[in-house]
Amino acid sequence: MSFWVDALIVLVVLTNLRVLGASRLSACIRAVAVQGALLGLLPVLAHLDALTGRLLLQAAASTLLKAVVFPWLLARAVREASIQLEVEPFVGYTASLTAGLLFWGGAFWLGQRLPVPGAEELRLLVPTALFTIFVGLFLIVARRKALTQVLGYLVLENGIYTFGMAFAEKQPLLVELGILLDVFMGVFVMGITLYHISREFDHLDADRLSELRD
Amino acid sequence: MALLLLALLLILLGGTLALLLGRDEKLASWAGAGGAVLGALVGLVPALETLAGGPGTTLRLPWSLPLGGFVIGLDPLSAFFLVVILGLCALAAVYGTGYLRGHGRAGSAWFFFDALMASMALAVVARDAVLFLIAWELMTLSSYFLVVRDDEDESARQAGWTYLIAAHLGTAALLLFFGLLSRQAGSTSFDAFGPLDARLSGLAFLLSLAGFGVKAGFIPLHVWLPEAHPAAPSHVSAVMSGVMIKTGIYGLLRAWIFLGPPPAWWGWTLLGVGAVSGILGVLFALAQHDLKRLLAYHSVENIGIIALGLGVGLLGSAHGLPLVALLGFGGALLHVLNHALFKGLLFLGAGAVLNAAGTRDMEHLGGLLKRMPWTGACFLIASAAICGLPPLNGFVSEFLIFLGAFLAASHGAPWGPVAIGALALIGGLALACFTKAFGVVFLGEPRGERAAKAQEAPWSMRAPMVVLAGLCVLVGLGGALALDWVSPALSQVSGLRLEDFLPALEEALGPLQLITISACFFFLALAGLIALRSSLLAGRERGESGTWDCGYAAPSARMQYTASSFAQPLTELFAPFLCARERSAGPEGLFPERATFATETPDAFRERLYRPAFEGALKAAWKLRWLQHGRIQLYVLYIALTLMALLLWRLG
Repeated sequence: MSFWVDALIVLVVLTNLRVLGASRLSACIRAVAVQGALLGLLPVLAHLDALTGRLLLQAAASTLLKAVVFPWLLARAVREASIQLEVEPFVGYTASLTAGLLFWGGAFWLGQRLPVPGAEELRLLVPTALFTIFVGLFLIVARRKALTQVLGYLVLENGIYTFGMAFAEKQPLLVELGILLDVFMGVFVMGITLYHISREFDHLDADRLSELRD
Repeated sequence: MALLLLALLLILLGGTLALLLGRDEKLASWAGAGGAVLGALVGLVPALETLAGGPGTTLRLPWSLPLGGFVIGLDPLSAFFLVVILGLCALAAVYGTGYLRGHGRAGSAWFFFDALMASMALAVVARDAVLFLIAWELMTLSSYFLVVRDDEDESARQAGWTYLIAAHLGTAALLLFFGLLSRQAGSTSFDAFGPLDARLSGLAFLLSLAGFGVKAGFIPLHVWLPEAHPAAPSHVSAVMSGVMIKTGIYGLLRAWIFLGPPPAWWGWTLLGVGAVSGILGVLFALAQHDLKRLLAYHSVENIGIIALGLGVGLLGSAHGLPLVALLGFGGALLHVLNHALFKGLLFLGAGAVLNAAGTRDMEHLGGLLKRMPWTGACFLIASAAICGLPPLNGFVSEFLIFLGAFLAASHGAPWGPVAIGALALIGGLALACFTKAFGVVFLGEPRGERAAKAQEAPWSMRAPMVVLAGLCVLVGLGGALALDWVSPALSQVSGLRLEDFLPALEEALGPLQLITISACFFFLALAGLIALRSSLLAGRERGESGTWDCGYAAPSARMQYTASSFAQPLTELFAPFLCARERSAGPEGLFPERATFATETPDAFRERLYRPAFEGALKAAWKLRWLQHGRIQLYVLYIALTLMALLLWRLG
């Protein structure tokens, strides 16, 4: 069982690197969708011996949101707002990948120093969570388009979700509240923002929002 | 305990129903006021039982937050404040049904009123720091929404902001205070809190004084009070001024129970705060001509009197004078009750005047006693009570503090005379101020058209006022009984067993009864004289003319003394403290056509202390403008770097 969990975690790490290195928006969205599906499977595989209905429901809900609904919404936004399909990075793809490797090292180092109760058997979980959070933040900082920023938020949120998995048994309410918060943040705030930005400015470049400052 | 929970639920249920029924004003006010009154009746049962010597109880409910716990309890101190809160809120709710009629948006007004009532009740029964802070914050927020109810009015929005900022600065101090206590105790439960070591204990005392002092309205933390109270609807002002600011006093008393035996400098601090709040509060009040603003400054004054009592009590405990401590604390506790009664009544009366005459500006009022006899009589009783005149309730509590101070002075304590001097000055100035307030509003001839057409308030508004006036008289006549009634709370606060001091207390209270009885005789004699006068006048011809006619050929109402001119000798005397502004254009030429004169007394602390401080802070903040460049990417980078730095700092 542990083998499958480790394999899944490695795949999550790989999707992170894929998001960093992808030059096309649709590839990014697909990678994030795959990541969401993997994360949805993760709690089920990690707790195969003690499956509860609540856990299954949680997993199903988050898979549906992360792997189907959000990517579909984003893909539709790309189509309808007729955004250019390039990612337009501030930091180049190779440099991004190098930064990703550095993040992985840093996350591993930090993860070993961060004592998380209940995560002993899942020793890769905490570093992966930190790595995913870092990648999400990096995407927000180093990409120009508002849409890539939404992707960044999604990845960041995936990281937080992974982190919460370590507590899922002890604080299920906390995890569920986290999911609710994500739904609110992801769909409403960014959806509305994207819509308004593209309507007002005819483009989705977040860096040009500085025209708005007073 | 179950009853208490039921009471809280009933109040909240009433509020929620009112919000849902908001479209129908009548139904909403039935639901809102009904919930408040029912909840108060149910909640008063366990509170009165506990105060009558019933056992203290606590109740723990499951709680899904990772911090704190839902623990509520009743002991005499909580029960005493609970009785005051529920009683006044219920009366204010009845009054509100009449007062809010035709003002629109009844649903939200009742929802926030009930939320305010429930959160105040929860704050005084909470036995866990987290729960207490949540209740405290709910109390602030619900009262904030009531203050900004007239949100199309610029000054109401301004008042709301001032209140919100002040309240949150206070809560910040409270967070630190409870943080200190729970760090030592390892838990946020009130049971676990115990005395700290001397230096931390002093820090905790100052933090509690700042945090609870903002709510209570100690000068110089009072700035929100004269803004927020006039802006709120009058029944809410009555609740805010009558009981909400007292939760600050409750907090202080509770904090001292945690912190153990007080050192003498705490008492000195309280005495100083009390004297400054009392004297400056009444001085500022003298200079106002907005009736509700004047009353709000009197709340500062009365909180000062309570603080003086607490100071005398603390110093008595610190210097081993138990009788002085009992008298000081007893006076302070009774004044909490008494101030709730007469200040509640005064605000309700001011609301009736505002409703009838359409203005709070005293320069446009006058002659209302003839038009609103019930309101006028109730306002008169409350005015006499707030000035501390026998045989009314204000006298009882102030007399106890006086007595404590005299007793201390006879033991050679230097702080006795300080308290006596401050109380005497406050009492005298308060008398002058209420002579002005009552005289200008209710006596003489109306100064404005709407005041001339004023009509008596409906019964729903009159009844609560009459009840409160009756209670003022009752507590005044039965002063010793009232002290007996609060004695369980008193012994909890002072840490002394009251039974040990009964003979000495009774001896000390002798003069109180004597003065009360002679005052009663005075009023009986007065009543007799009035009866004699009317019997002598019966059947004779009587002429009627305008009040304060003064023998002018063609008098007009504008020739009367105004509020400002009445107070002018006193405000002139204390001008250095008041920073009043005058604008006048004097008469010119042999046949002058027009002349104007206006005075305005903004809050001295707001003008001289807070405005420069906040403007300085704003200027400093402008220096950081370069950080605000409008690039989202860089903002997130700031956050990310901070997070990384924190992680590395903790784990590296």
